[in-house]
Amino acid sequence: MHRLGLAARTAQMSGPAAGTQEISVNGIAAICDPLGGLYLPDTRVLVVSDLHLEKGSAFARRGMMLPPYDTIATLKILSAMIARYDPFCVISLGDNFHDRKGSQHLSADLRGLIGDMARGREWIWINGNHDPDGTVDLPGSCADELDHGGLVFRHEPRAGLVGSGIRGEIAGHLHPAATVRRREKSVRRACFATDGQRLVMPAFGVLAGGLDLGHKAMHGLFDRDRLVAHLLGRERIYSVRYLSLIG
Amino acid sequence: MDLAELKTSGFKAVSLPRPFLTWFAEKGWQPRAHQLELLSRAQGGENMLLIAPTGAGKTLAGFLPSLTDLVTRGKIPPGSAFTGIHTLYISPLKALTVDIERNLMKPVSEMGLSVTVENRTGDTPQAKRQRQKLNPPDILLTTPEQVALLLANKEAERFFKDLKYVVLDELHSLVTSKRGHLLSLGLSRLRKHAPKMQTIGLSATVADPMDLQRWLVPQGEVPAPPAGLVHVTGGAAPDITIMKTEDRIPWSGHVSTYAMPEVYEQIRRHKTTLIFVNTRFQAELLFQTLWTINEDNLAIALHHGSLDASQRRKVEAAMAENKLRAVVATSTLDMGIDWGDVDLVVHVGAPKGASRLAQRIGRANHRMDEPSKAILVPANRFEVMECQAALDANYLGAQDTPPVGEGALDVLAQHVLGMACAEPFDPLALYDEIISASPYAGLSWEMFERIVDFVATGGYALRAYERYAKIRRTQEGRWRVSNAQVAQQYRLNLGTIVEAAELNVRLVKRNAKGTVGRGGMSLGKVEEYFLEQLVQGDTFLFAGKVLRFEGIRENECLVSNAFSLDPKIPAYAGGKFPLTTYLADQVRAMLADPDHWNALPDQVRDWLSLQRERSMLPRKDELLIETFPRGKRFFLIAYCFEGRLAHQTLGMLLTRRLEREGARPLGFVATDYSLAVWGLNDMGAMIGKGALSLSDLFDEDMLGDDLEAWLDESYMLKRTFRNCAVISGLIERRHPGKEKTGRQVTVSTDLIYDVLRSHEPDHVLLEATRRDAASGLLDIGRLGDMLKRIKGHITHRDLDRVSPLAVPIMLEIGKEQVPGEAQDAVLAEAAEELIAEALG
Repeated sequence: MHRLGLAARTAQMSGPAAGTQEISVNGIAAICDPLGGLYLPDTRVLVVSDLHLEKGSAFARRGMMLPPYDTIATLKILSAMIARYDPFCVISLGDNFHDRKGSQHLSADLRGLIGDMARGREWIWINGNHDPDGTVDLPGSCADELDHGGLVFRHEPRAGLVGSGIRGEIAGHLHPAATVRRREKSVRRACFATDGQRLVMPAFGVLAGGLDLGHKAMHGLFDRDRLVAHLLGRERIYSVRYLSLIG
Repeated sequence: MDLAELKTSGFKAVSLPRPFLTWFAEKGWQPRAHQLELLSRAQGGENMLLIAPTGAGKTLAGFLPSLTDLVTRGKIPPGSAFTGIHTLYISPLKALTVDIERNLMKPVSEMGLSVTVENRTGDTPQAKRQRQKLNPPDILLTTPEQVALLLANKEAERFFKDLKYVVLDELHSLVTSKRGHLLSLGLSRLRKHAPKMQTIGLSATVADPMDLQRWLVPQGEVPAPPAGLVHVTGGAAPDITIMKTEDRIPWSGHVSTYAMPEVYEQIRRHKTTLIFVNTRFQAELLFQTLWTINEDNLAIALHHGSLDASQRRKVEAAMAENKLRAVVATSTLDMGIDWGDVDLVVHVGAPKGASRLAQRIGRANHRMDEPSKAILVPANRFEVMECQAALDANYLGAQDTPPVGEGALDVLAQHVLGMACAEPFDPLALYDEIISASPYAGLSWEMFERIVDFVATGGYALRAYERYAKIRRTQEGRWRVSNAQVAQQYRLNLGTIVEAAELNVRLVKRNAKGTVGRGGMSLGKVEEYFLEQLVQGDTFLFAGKVLRFEGIRENECLVSNAFSLDPKIPAYAGGKFPLTTYLADQVRAMLADPDHWNALPDQVRDWLSLQRERSMLPRKDELLIETFPRGKRFFLIAYCFEGRLAHQTLGMLLTRRLEREGARPLGFVATDYSLAVWGLNDMGAMIGKGALSLSDLFDEDMLGDDLEAWLDESYMLKRTFRNCAVISGLIERRHPGKEKTGRQVTVSTDLIYDVLRSHEPDHVLLEATRRDAASGLLDIGRLGDMLKRIKGHITHRDLDRVSPLAVPIMLEIGKEQVPGEAQDAVLAEAAEELIAEALG
């Protein structure tokens, strides 16, 4: 809910990584960053998901004139993450744009901004359900899914637990969020959701909402006993077991 | 036409057609003086305002000018040219239009008048609405939203060109809301279609009739003379008492459960009792309490806005048939619907406003010459004083209805789009028309242009949406809608009432395995944000039952019967009225003047005397600040008496300042009467040593930068913004139950708000939000007035322990929710556990 505040607080973002949480997925080390991205230090890959760029203009075309600043705000945070980790490769896990024609509506400056971020590194746009035709007019390459360094990267998590047939998976699509409750007080935040085998990324786009971990769309994806929600706090990640969310 | 002259004193003779005279004579009635005066002056061409208590024959008075004119006109011969409606009757409630249709048809048919009367509300079938457009009735009974809808139609001019009279019922309650703003804009357009039309406002007593008299006529550069006023006073003075109780009057709280045995006794002694409460929560709790002591199984029902409509209708019907002994109700029953033979009104909790009390007491006994009977039940000791003040006010006939206020900008945006849907508009002409509506008389041309720009493309400095514009300029410089979908969208989005997102509550059965079935009775609606805090198994009080939360399925909240006695309780947002300025003044005056205390119960008098010994009682215009230690904390109490909303805002701002001054504040709590702040440093000592200056602390400049900084974070402002976004048409309204049928998209308004705050802080919708907040949720206007008033009148008492006057607010501490900033603390606490687990 406060990601836009983040986009405005550039001072905080431009600093070195702080408040991160180190975890492992399928035995591979990963860092959950409170800015909403996942960094894999071994392969120097930065993963972000569900950018939903040009969501404002997608609504405007249908008569709801949402503020046209969401794309720049999302890209600012992304740019801060890239500066922070200087990754070899950036993987954007699908729903990169809010709709099929999204990238065509990108203004020249924003296109330039993405070009600057992509310069000198690999960039992979995974296709999502909002943008199944791929992102063709921007730097980098497109793919439906990617198998890299012991992990599979795809937009929608494959049904069923990771194990037989499914390898360690990093997915997006679901925009996981969790509600923590202590002493009658509830706080809801976007989160990385992982049981150690699969990880579902929080939505990175500033106008993207969240879906509760208890929602039926999440059923059967995680071993609930091992499921941990790594919540995006103001300045750090807060890690809470799924079974202890409601204290 | 057969006319008879009827002479009445004080104004010129009035023409009442024969059928009316015969009818009055047959009934053995006399037309009342105010009915005739209104008729005569309306016939003379004046716009009119009738102020009268319930039971004074207001409705008939309002329709007499129109009915007599219609009788004089006679029936329109078949085959004549199209004739538009003659009279428009507008009321704030759908139910009221139905009620009035019944009440109006009776005399019309008894007199054998050939006058057609129909109503048109959101419930009117499409076919009937179409027919009404082709073949309008003489008199159309409708709501402000329907008027806006009719005006946004291409046929509007034809439909309204013959309009003679607009009758506005319950005007006092309409004008202060955004619906009133919308209606005032509608009136300005009606005048364009029918320049000679006249307005007739019907109202209960208000603080400043001139506000309404101006509201009824065109303003602008050369305002028309204000509407003529007919003021019916009198009626028998109501018989109001404060409930005497054997029990201790509680120090704090709002629920008055202590007095329920006495209330029950009163229900037994009367035919039908209406029990008014201020919040739905009180309604639920008291209803439950009454039933636990209802040994005689009296028919006691519950009525509030969240209950299912069919359940409410059942209660209303039973009430009209005199089948009920008592109804516990919130403001849903405030307005002038007929309620059978109510012979007692019990008001639980303080009325919070003298006018509101008068309205509610008016529910008892519709015959104006007999006294209404009412009993007030204060919930705590401050409320005893408040009830006494309200009681004095009612006897004095004092009024404290809120002022009409400046027209809201989101409503204006909605209207501008509607006008473009009707026909392409010329901006200069529309501007002139708009400033003729009294709430918008002060609208600047520059602001009008910004609103038009907002409607067209969202009004952003980054002009990204020109190609998607909803309205566009034609070559002649007029604005027209871009396409038919925009007009469709306007119609779906119309109106100014934005319900908080609510879910239907359905009662289901749990079987032995703990799984829940489908189907079951619908109980009503609960706000989504409340449900978000529940987990399966939580219990809460709703629709008079203790319910167990089972989960959310699709768009419904499933509940089962719980057998818990200690429910978690719905924290409804609606229905908490803050204390009005007028009553606050009276309570302050009572506090300052022991001669006033005679009417108060002994317990309350002793309490005040003790306060005078231990600390002091402030003079009427003085602000008393007490400081004292308690436990490991230091407290500062400010007795402002400005209502909970203003105190909450003050609390937010004051803690910021105290933080800066090094007082290390930890939290605060606000009631209608006072504000308590606590912290780690001894604020009393700091003030004594001059390290903390009270006059600086309470300086008006807190409404500058501190306010701005706080607004960044304020949750309340986000709520206000959401309403503005929907009303102004920035986002589409959610239509309950239809989320799945349309291609409806939801987007979080909180996120949009954050985008605007960080990227375009001067955006017109943020401006609209700030203006709303200033008068609404944050009550900044009132806080500003108070800061001005207390300048140089602050008195500080540094005490060694809690004072008697401070006890009520000290008891409230711990009941309040923690504001947004503390949220990360909750997360941190939960995360610590995992760390401990990992280390252990």
